[in-house]
Amino acid sequence: MSHDYDHHHHDHDHSELSETELRVRALETILTEKGYVEPAALDAIIQAYETRIGPHNGARVVAKAWTDPAFKKALLEDGSKAIGTLGHVSRVGDHLVVVENTPQRHNMVVCTLCSCYPWEMLGLPPVWYKAAPYRSRAVKDPRGVLADFDVALPKDMEIRVWDSTAETRFLVLPMRPVGTEGWSEEQLAELVTRDSMIGTGFPKTPGAPS
Amino acid sequence: MNGVHDMGGMDGFGKVEPEPNEPTFHAEWESRVLAMVRAMGAAGAFNIDTSRFYRETLPPHVYLSSSYYKKWFLGLEEMLVEKGYLTRDEVAAGHAMQPGKALKHGTFDLANVERVMVRGKFARPAPAPARFKIGDRVRAKNIHPATHTRLPHYVRGHVGVVELNHGCHVFPDSAAMELGENPQWLYTVVFDGRDLWGEDGDPTLKVSIDAFEPYLDPA
Repeated sequence: MSHDYDHHHHDHDHSELSETELRVRALETILTEKGYVEPAALDAIIQAYETRIGPHNGARVVAKAWTDPAFKKALLEDGSKAIGTLGHVSRVGDHLVVVENTPQRHNMVVCTLCSCYPWEMLGLPPVWYKAAPYRSRAVKDPRGVLADFDVALPKDMEIRVWDSTAETRFLVLPMRPVGTEGWSEEQLAELVTRDSMIGTGFPKTPGAPS
Repeated sequence: MNGVHDMGGMDGFGKVEPEPNEPTFHAEWESRVLAMVRAMGAAGAFNIDTSRFYRETLPPHVYLSSSYYKKWFLGLEEMLVEKGYLTRDEVAAGHAMQPGKALKHGTFDLANVERVMVRGKFARPAPAPARFKIGDRVRAKNIHPATHTRLPHYVRGHVGVVELNHGCHVFPDSAAMELGENPQWLYTVVFDGRDLWGEDGDPTLKVSIDAFEPYLDPA
């Protein structure tokens, strides 16, 4: 833990601190002096977010769904419950909904009002997910947004955009790439990208450069 | 509130710009802000909906020109001042000048870290039967509360279909204003893209929101 924290200090150990950095440090000083928080506990939160959560959790769930039809069925019926049966995946909360891509329908997730995102499955959201271009356009022109990711869908494919306006969280179950027959869950998980679980990308193709 | 945060359908923000190999944080201060928000929330200084409302009430030019964690920081500082956990003099001085106010769950220390790593539970017992069932046609109300709401403007007045029933959840519109949890039924309601965006809209598009029952009328 301390190692990781120190590492970040080195990265940003500039002699001139920005106004924001100074204000953030001042606030932490005040919160600490007033007995509200212990800095070591803040370090531990950061370390947990940097190491324990991330798209690797979602990738394992997707790979299992690709190989285990009973799990897939349970996952689509109640995402939280099904993922809860996998002890090794981070605790996902009660309100995860998994939505399946099919040859007829492509799903895409957005939070137009802010940044709601399945942290436990995908980690903290990328900047673009929280920024105005994605939030404004995803619900109106999703094909235009997908073009920004170099993703094109067949013209007649339905696009379903899920605006995460409550505490429900959505995870896209992408289609399993062709040419992966007989692959293990671990091999398949390597193909699952973060963006494929948001709906702004596809899983990697076997043999293609990543 | 009809703020600039309610961005669905707005034009002019340009292209989405994915960053290859994006780090979890772009500067150390971002991580400290995230941790302070999570810690003070877990300590009981505010609920998650109130913290969202403080970000939404940042002046529009500040909201639009601030990075994500800058918004978090500005919202956190203002909220803690307004709720009496610190004073503007302390913020200006960069040090505590008087003892802290009691926190509902006490000092946030290492023993509390695991609590923030599990997502909160927002389901509540139902105070009344659900008004709508799956397949019902519903109209999103044309309402414009000046306070926190999760009904985005782009669906207001439009007719959609109830697709999922998520049970009763804490109602953010009430919780954000510290008026209690006021649990309400929560539904996924799906709208046709052309109903939302007119005949030039993408004919293959369907958009859903998660709508609390008070946002909906039968259609």
